[in-house]
Amino acid sequence: MSTISDNQDNATVAAGDIYALARHYRFQWEDAQQCYVLLFPEGMIKLNGGAGEVIKRVDGQRTVGDIVSDLQQAFPDVADLQSDIIAMLDLAVEKAWLEKRN
Amino acid sequence: MSTQVQNNGVAASKTNTQPLWLLAEVTYRCPLHCAFCYNPTDYDKHTKNELSTEQWIQALRDARKLGALQLGISGGEPLIRDDIEEIVAEAGRLGYYTNLITSGVGLTEKRISAFKEGGLDHIQLSMHDITEEINNFITNTRTFELKKKVAAMIKDHGYPMVLNVVIHRYNIQHVKEILEMAEALGADFVELANTQYYGWSLVNRSQLMPTKEQIDEAEAVTNEFRKKVGNKMKIYFVVPDYFSDRPKKCMNGWGEVFMIVTANGDVLPCHSARVLPNMTFPNVKANGLKWVWEESPAFNKYRGDDWMKEPCRSCDEKEKDLGGCRCQAFLLSGDAEAADPVCTKSPHRHLIDEAIANAQKPHLKAQPIFFRNDKNSRKLIEGESRELVEEFHALP
Repeated sequence: MSTISDNQDNATVAAGDIYALARHYRFQWEDAQQCYVLLFPEGMIKLNGGAGEVIKRVDGQRTVGDIVSDLQQAFPDVADLQSDIIAMLDLAVEKAWLEKRN
Repeated sequence: MSTQVQNNGVAASKTNTQPLWLLAEVTYRCPLHCAFCYNPTDYDKHTKNELSTEQWIQALRDARKLGALQLGISGGEPLIRDDIEEIVAEAGRLGYYTNLITSGVGLTEKRISAFKEGGLDHIQLSMHDITEEINNFITNTRTFELKKKVAAMIKDHGYPMVLNVVIHRYNIQHVKEILEMAEALGADFVELANTQYYGWSLVNRSQLMPTKEQIDEAEAVTNEFRKKVGNKMKIYFVVPDYFSDRPKKCMNGWGEVFMIVTANGDVLPCHSARVLPNMTFPNVKANGLKWVWEESPAFNKYRGDDWMKEPCRSCDEKEKDLGGCRCQAFLLSGDAEAADPVCTKSPHRHLIDEAIANAQKPHLKAQPIFFRNDKNSRKLIEGESRELVEEFHALP
């Protein structure tokens, strides 16, 4: 299992980072598709179950470390959860769905 | 871990598609007269039988139940209608991500505040050039100063600003300056939409088409600018299909993710589908949207690839582009089931190459532009100017 990096490397989110949904993005549950979606000007992303659970916890308050612990408690049987979460957050930051708040 | 809806390769079937994108073309009336408009050349027929507010609200509710999420309110100029506030508010209640697509004409402080209250998510403003001359020429109006004021108003009200700039021969050499203007106005997203040739822009194709060299230069300038602004301003450069050797996957596939309800209630799988022959399109006044999407012959006609003929049928790239655009195939070749002529495997590719070559002939450049207005639309309907559309199989 990988560990969360503490240095401020642009490529990777760090344990102490706090993120929020980027301005003008909306995150909501869709009954018709049975999944969470991200909506923004000219686009939308359907999130699979795992991605939805991660983004749901990104609230501009919790640190990345908090989110990882919370998910590890919620899904204790999933292997390699931390690296999946970090990969998801890296992608979301790279795509500019999320903005850093600290 | 995620699916980019615009690029999903989901196989078509009427059971697993959803109209995620709903475009409401609420009116074809428009104060602008843009020579590149994709609206139907016979739009004048559809300006007197528009859906009522109640009919629009019902359509929004029905589409939302089918899974529609992204709503564009477009036209013509939607702000010509005085009930857009009501439509926006209903869309907000229903949970749509709502976009008002406007020229800016008719947007006032009072209206923009009402839209904010109603939950409008963003406004897409059309801009045309950095020069007043070209803005006013191509739109056949004096709207240059107004558009800049509207851009400031959008920003002041905290909306994401999406600028849409249709690119053609008259502004393509100003792409850098256009992007600088967008940055100065605080745009969050900029779409540089190279003209696609449907409706009025097809009539004016020879006058609008840039050269391959101009397109390449514009794309290079755009890439350079992207590096400079980073994520602060997202820039989309929509590559014109005439200059590529494979067609676009039009609308991401017929009846896959898009549904358009037009001013008079016709429901279409794409903007210009009404040019296609032997098709009857459903209408919200008579048909429920669930039936329209899942069962109607029109929405099933070109779903998937059962309808294809050669060279598409046996092509190993057919799932990538689904044979391209049905309207473009028909308008240029006269056969709606032919491969999109943009494809170099199409026996009609020469029509595209000729159009590109023709556009560079000096005598064509001197032809007058045929502006989109009620008088010219009636001329086309009544047959007076039919020589302009005859070669495109696009007689109204």
